[in-house]
Formats: sequence, structure tokens, C-alpha cells
Amino acid sequence: MIELEGVGYRIGGKWLVRDINIRIEKGTLWGFVGPNGAGKSTLLRLISGELLPTTGEIRLFGKPIHSYAPQKLARLRAYLQQKRDINFPFTNLEIVLFGRHPYLNGTKETTADLLIAKEALRQVEAHMFTERLYPTLSGGEASRVDVARILTQAPELFLLDEPTNHLDPRHQVQILNLCKTICKHGKTAITAIHDLNLASMYADHLLLLKEGVPVACGTPETVLTLDLLSETYGIPFEVLPHPNGYSWVMPSLNPS
Amino acid sequence: MPKRTKILLTLIGLLPVSMCAAAGIGAYQILPWRIPEILFFREDGFAVLVHVRFPRVVLSAAVGAMLAISGATLQGIFRNPLADPGLIGVTAGAGLGATLWIVLIGGGALGIWGLPVAAFGCGVLVTIAVWKIAEEHGRVRTLTLLLAGIALNSFAGAGIGLMTFLADDEQLRSLTFWLLGGFGGATWPVVFITLPIAIIGLLVLLRQAAALNAMSLGESEAYHLGVSTETLKRWSVFGVALTVGAAVSAAGGIGFVGLVVPHLLRLLGGADHRYVLPGSAVGGAILLVSAELFSRTVIAPAELPVGIVTALIGGPFFLWLLLRFKREVFL
Repeated sequence: MIELEGVGYRIGGKWLVRDINIRIEKGTLWGFVGPNGAGKSTLLRLISGELLPTTGEIRLFGKPIHSYAPQKLARLRAYLQQKRDINFPFTNLEIVLFGRHPYLNGTKETTADLLIAKEALRQVEAHMFTERLYPTLSGGEASRVDVARILTQAPELFLLDEPTNHLDPRHQVQILNLCKTICKHGKTAITAIHDLNLASMYADHLLLLKEGVPVACGTPETVLTLDLLSETYGIPFEVLPHPNGYSWVMPSLNPS
Repeated sequence: MPKRTKILLTLIGLLPVSMCAAAGIGAYQILPWRIPEILFFREDGFAVLVHVRFPRVVLSAAVGAMLAISGATLQGIFRNPLADPGLIGVTAGAGLGATLWIVLIGGGALGIWGLPVAAFGCGVLVTIAVWKIAEEHGRVRTLTLLLAGIALNSFAGAGIGLMTFLADDEQLRSLTFWLLGGFGGATWPVVFITLPIAIIGLLVLLRQAAALNAMSLGESEAYHLGVSTETLKRWSVFGVALTVGAAVSAAGGIGFVGLVVPHLLRLLGGADHRYVLPGSAVGGAILLVSAELFSRTVIAPAELPVGIVTALIGGPFFLWLLLRFKREVFL
């Protein structure tokens, strides 16, 4: 459903990402991993259409991403940003209802929109603060409300920049389970993620980036290997098989 | 009925009440409920009502509506509840145009039109300059827009200062009066020019309400929600330049309306721009009609500049809001 062909992005004389060639199939959960500044967020923003690639082309459903009008694109893909600060006293329900913006053409939300928003809040266990003001939430609570907002947007493609940031383990697992369920229903999700173990547990495919260049791409077992990780992050790692089948990844204390 | 609908309807109901009260009260007292009778039978007071009071009341309502909705719009664009309608340079630009006209050409040149046209033209020119400075490859960065606005504001301020320095006593007096704001020059021709601009500007700005909601999440979020952010910014700045330019040209520098009214609306009924924008327009009209009434009655027969009244009421009122609500509500 998404193809990236020779995609690169340069700003101020520096390449933030380069030589990206990937094909993302419908119904898969992808993880972008790599050290800070590896270009994970930049790549997500390129795929969302927000940034214009310096080289190469990004196609969504076979059409160049920039051939879509913003409103049409907003019905196809949603983006969860890392940090958000809102200075106005909006309630959480209002924030979540903004997800319906691409469908409303400036008209008022209907009861159906309201139901979608409330269901999304329930899915992320944020329904208890529906009427609370968004700026009064803790980081983790706000993250869940934001996830509810992009669920309300009901796109085909979910782009999530560090969706598990600020979340406790229960809600980390809950958000990723939600991504998994979404993908089972034929939607696609790409998430930039720092937690390699969560990536290993949940992602169907991983793209490992270092300084904007792809180091490895494939299933978590093929990407999360001792050599690749140690080389990419510059510290020794230990990789163990978890009883449930996926790789268990740890930075190693004693370099061997 | 939802709370916001109630607030909007109450405000819409209060507007004619305040306008009738303002039309009636003054050196020549007219009981507000006798206004229809006086108009119909052309009784005593007809001339005062039609030629003096009505133009002032209508103009102050229009100016209040334009300033308040512009404030609310720019607060949405800059995602900052402290933004003022003057931020994009139109107020200072209009002030510069007016002072240049008064000092270099003479306040009375070209009749009643010279001064407002110079003010409006210069206000719009400065805003265009701010826009052009901030524009890069067809995109305008909000932060650059803000900084360019600040830079040109100080530049225009310097120009106003220089003109004040060069002015003789008589020019200085008319200049001061103009800068403090007032409706002394309100006549029907001014109303007839200002009103259509106000209506066009209000309609343009009201149409941006839903997109401004998305914009409160951030500019890239707004884009991800399908908002054409460049179009939104262009129309908003266009609407604000038009309305604030017209408001300042008609009534001089009147502060605080654009800051206080949107805040009050948000405190009463939340931040949804589809409610804050129309509410601010009506609330701003009521506030300025009241301020205009106060300005010409408090030290009658003399008249206080309206800008002083709005600052005098607006400052403490704003502080009160801040102290009263700072624990409960984000401003």
C-alpha cells in the first residue's frame, strides 16, 4: 500500500534520511527503530506527506502522496505526534472530536461522530476523563487521548511517533495491542519506537536506521541480532530467545 | 439547549439592549423604549438620535466586533491566548499612516476621508510587508510571521514617535486624540464605508473557525487533519488586516478589546472556535458600545477617549479574571 523509492531528505546541507527503499503491505505493523537522530520521525513525516522528499518518491495506494488533497489524505492516514502543547481549555472529548475534521467540511459533529469519539476514548481507557480539560492531563493520559483522536480519524494508515512514550507498561501494551487489532482489521500501522523488546513482541517488520541510512530491514528476528544492534547503537547487547518465541534484547553490562 | 448556544443567544439579546441604552443616554436624555416612537413621529430628539447617537453606536458596535474577532483569530493562528490583533502590524501601521497624514499633510486635507484612508492603507501595507517577509517558497512560518510582526511594529512605532516629535502643538493634540481612540468622528458616511468591510471581514473570519480548532493542536497536526494551513493563514491574516485596518481607521487606537473578549468567552463556554469567534464578535460589540457610552457620560460635557476607557476597564478586569480562574482554567 505504501512504496518508498530512493527516498532522501536533506535540510541545511545535511541528509536526515537517505536511500530508503521499502514496500509496506496492507495489514502489517511496522516498527522504525534506531538511535536518537536516526531519522525515524523524519521518515514518518515524509510518509505522512508533511515533508517533501529531496529525492525519490513516496506512493500511497499507487499514487504519489503529494497528488492527494490535504482533506483526502487526512481520511487515509493519521499521524500521532511526539509532543503536543495546547494552550486553550479544550475538553478531551473536543480534542478527540477534532479527529472527525476531515469528514465534516466545516459542519457540526453528528451523534455518530460523537459515538465514534466516545468509543475511541473507551478503547484507550480514557473515557473517565472525557469532560476534563486536556491541558490538565498528565503526559501519559494526554498520550492516550491523542491515540483516541487518531482512532477517531479512522484512516487506513496509522503513523505513530513513539506512541508508548510516557505510558506505564499496562498502557504501552494496551496501545500496541490496539495497533495489532487495527492491523488485523486490514489497516496498516507504522510506529517509531525506542523500546526494542516491545518492537520485537509486536512488529511484523522492523526497519533499523542509523544516521538516516537503513542498516537492516526484515522480521524482528533478523533485525534484532547481536551484531546489528551493537554496531548500530555502539554498545554491547545481549539477545536471548524469549519462551514465547520472540527475541529478548538487553544492553549488556559486561562487555565480553 | 447546549450551554454555548445559551451564551450566544444571551449575547445576541444583549446587543440591541446595550445599543438602545447607548442611543438614549447622554446630555440629551431619551428613554430607550421611546426610541421607536420618536423615530416614527419625528418627535423631539429625532435629530440627536439619527445624526449623533446612531452613527456612534453602530460604529462602536462594528469596531468592537471587528477587534474582538480578530483577536480571537490571531490567538488561534499563533496558538497563544495572549496574542493581540496588533501582532501582524496592522494597528501600528495604521497609526503610522494617521500620524504621517496629520503631521506631513494636515489632518483636515481631503475632508473626512484623508485620515482614515491613509490609516487603512498604511495598516494594510505594513501587514503585507510582514507577510512577504515571513513568506518563503509559498509557505509562511507562523513563528517568522510573529517575529516579522514584532519587527515592523517597532519600526512603525519609531515612525509614530518621530512624527510626534516633529508635530506642532495643534498637530500633537489631534494626533494624541487619534491615537487614544474615540468615536467623535462617527458620521453616517464613515459608518457606510466601515460596515460592509466589517461584514466581509467577519464572514471571512467566521469561516476559519473549524480549521482554527485543528490548528490549536499544532500546525503539523492541523495539516494531518486535512487543513490547508497556508490557506488558513492567508485568509486569517487577510480578514484581520481588513477588519483591524477598518476599525483603527474609523476609531483610532482602541486596545484590550481583542484580548479581553475572547478570554471571557473561553472562560464562559470553552475554547471551540466555532463558538469563540461569533461570541467574541457579539461580545466585542457590546463591550465597545458600553465603553463608548461610558466615555461620553462619565465626565460630561467633556468626553474621555474610548481607548482610555477600554484600558481602564480592561486592565483590572483582565487581572480579576486571571486571579479568579487561574487555579481552575488554563488561560
